[in-house]
Amino acid sequence: MLSNLLSGDLPRSRRLTAALLAILLALAFGPFLFPGVRAFSMMGMICVFIILVASYDLMLGYTHIVSFAHTMFFGIGAYGVAMAVGTWGNSFGSVLLGMAGALLLTIVLALLLGLLSLRVKAIFFALVTLAVAFAFLSLVTQLYPVTGGEDGMRVRVPRELGPAFRPLEQSLWGFSLPDFCSALVSGSATAWDDALFQVRINGRTLMYYVAFGTALLVFLFLLRVVNSPFGKVLQAIRENEFRAQALGYNTVLYRTSVVILSACLACLAGVLFALINRYVNPENTLAFELMVFILLMCVMGGMGTLYGAVVGASLFLLAQNYLQDLLKLLVTQLPPDSGLANLVGPERWLLWFGLLFVLSVYFFPAGVVGQLRRWSARRQQNNPVVEVVAKPGSQTLSS
Amino acid sequence: MALAQPVLEARNLSVHFGGHKAVHDVNCAFYRGTLTTIVGPNGAGKTTWFNLLSGQLRATSGQVLLRGEDLTPLGAAARTDKGLGRAFQLTNLFPGLTALENVRLAVASRHRTGHVFWQMSSRRSDIAGRAFEVLQTVGLDHRAESLVANLPHGDQRKLEVALLLALEPEVFMFDEPTAGMSVDEVPVILELIAAIKAKQDKVVLLVEHKMDVVRSLSDRIVVLHNGELVADGEPAEVIASPVVQEAYLGTSPSAAEVAL
Repeated sequence: MLSNLLSGDLPRSRRLTAALLAILLALAFGPFLFPGVRAFSMMGMICVFIILVASYDLMLGYTHIVSFAHTMFFGIGAYGVAMAVGTWGNSFGSVLLGMAGALLLTIVLALLLGLLSLRVKAIFFALVTLAVAFAFLSLVTQLYPVTGGEDGMRVRVPRELGPAFRPLEQSLWGFSLPDFCSALVSGSATAWDDALFQVRINGRTLMYYVAFGTALLVFLFLLRVVNSPFGKVLQAIRENEFRAQALGYNTVLYRTSVVILSACLACLAGVLFALINRYVNPENTLAFELMVFILLMCVMGGMGTLYGAVVGASLFLLAQNYLQDLLKLLVTQLPPDSGLANLVGPERWLLWFGLLFVLSVYFFPAGVVGQLRRWSARRQQNNPVVEVVAKPGSQTLSS
Repeated sequence: MALAQPVLEARNLSVHFGGHKAVHDVNCAFYRGTLTTIVGPNGAGKTTWFNLLSGQLRATSGQVLLRGEDLTPLGAAARTDKGLGRAFQLTNLFPGLTALENVRLAVASRHRTGHVFWQMSSRRSDIAGRAFEVLQTVGLDHRAESLVANLPHGDQRKLEVALLLALEPEVFMFDEPTAGMSVDEVPVILELIAAIKAKQDKVVLLVEHKMDVVRSLSDRIVVLHNGELVADGEPAEVIASPVVQEAYLGTSPSAAEVAL
């Protein structure tokens, strides 16, 4: 059952399974475990970025297509909804209409890009996508009357997804994990009671669960795709495109469909982003910096594993949101005005952020997921007593 | 035999790289149930000619016909789909996938299931089963789950042949299938090729240097020299012909020793 849901592609590492379960539970019960606006918005972003990075991994990790236009499709989705809601009012109809329009534009542009890869290969294709993405960015910035230019657009979401909507009369109880932990550390006798807090279910909570559900479904769908015969052809193209052609696969067709599929999912992530963040501007949807972040999450998590997208997005956004607090905490532990305290000053968080990446790439060259799998495979080789993990193919042969 | 329609036909096939005539004006037809060996000194254009037939290389002029249908405008993928199967001289596999996954890709291409994205590939027991069968025929079933990058060279050569077998094409093109194999592995591959020939319904083209192999397997020998077809006929007759002897002696005495 579980294997079927995961399309036979199990985590294949105990530590990875534990990490994925922790992420799944944290996201599923997030609003009831982590109080505060910042935690709530970060969890929403993790859901959006799981879709965005997983779909990017389909191109980069599984097919070896390097594209820098992923944020363009993300932006098309976000602006599509923002403009539709701005024009036709905040109804679900206009959200759907905006999404449909955005998807249509996405398919057309992705098709053109995909066909372009017929002519230009590898790094040249990457450069063309970069140029297209920059052209789109400056177009959005220049078209002030339509897109709001640098100011961006406020997205007035349907009432049911906004903070004013209260589906439940009374509020529910939540159990704050961070408060509980800090109470335990300080040795408070009332740790359990201190951790309880009230959760008001409103439209934003609903919107969060829409994003969570979509991310979960998209992720399971992508797992199915990469473990299907189609996905195997993609990996064949990654390994040796020349031979894939000689085996009778029209690789241009496969590459084009992957670019389109991946772009459509990025567009969907953009739609969710606009509805969760309720504000879109070129910086938070189209900037090149965002593209680099997606690339980093994909590489840090582990290319060509899909699970890497979940781990990468979660780790990255956690670091981005909480590294400053961690440093603040460190400074209080150090002698004031010493060199070390200056070095870990919270205003230097970007330095440590960068250092974290360098270290993670150095120690996890195959990404977190790739490295965890390698370790567990090595352990199994050293202990032959441990059950042999059979690949899906051999299972069907024996049955 | 000459009256039957040829399965595969090269008409005035040429490819020129600048002034260099790699293959020049080759006419040749291949019939069902025959095994033809292409011989020639190194650099004679054998592999280039194979590339022209299977579509890896576009011809400067001339035509390739399969059952009378003109394949010249088609690329490699479409030609394979029509029934032209090709194995490569330099091992050309998917190194990051397992041996079984490699063969499964060939079987899936044959079954035309590459576009299926809603089904787990491990659920296609027909495809996996057939792929495993093919691995057994080349004697690689014990390495099914090994990554190809970790296979020894001889096993990679066998897998190269396995991919072609799994495609079940109408025309089998083997480019030095036994090159780099150890002596005890060679007979396995030769028996496989002989078995395809014995079924009498396929066309087999073989590029091979080992003359004992050529003599025992071939129905016909075609000799290429400097990109041109210089001899074509029954093995005994071709090997004895003065043109062939001169072609070999003129360029490479060591090759002539092997040949004679």
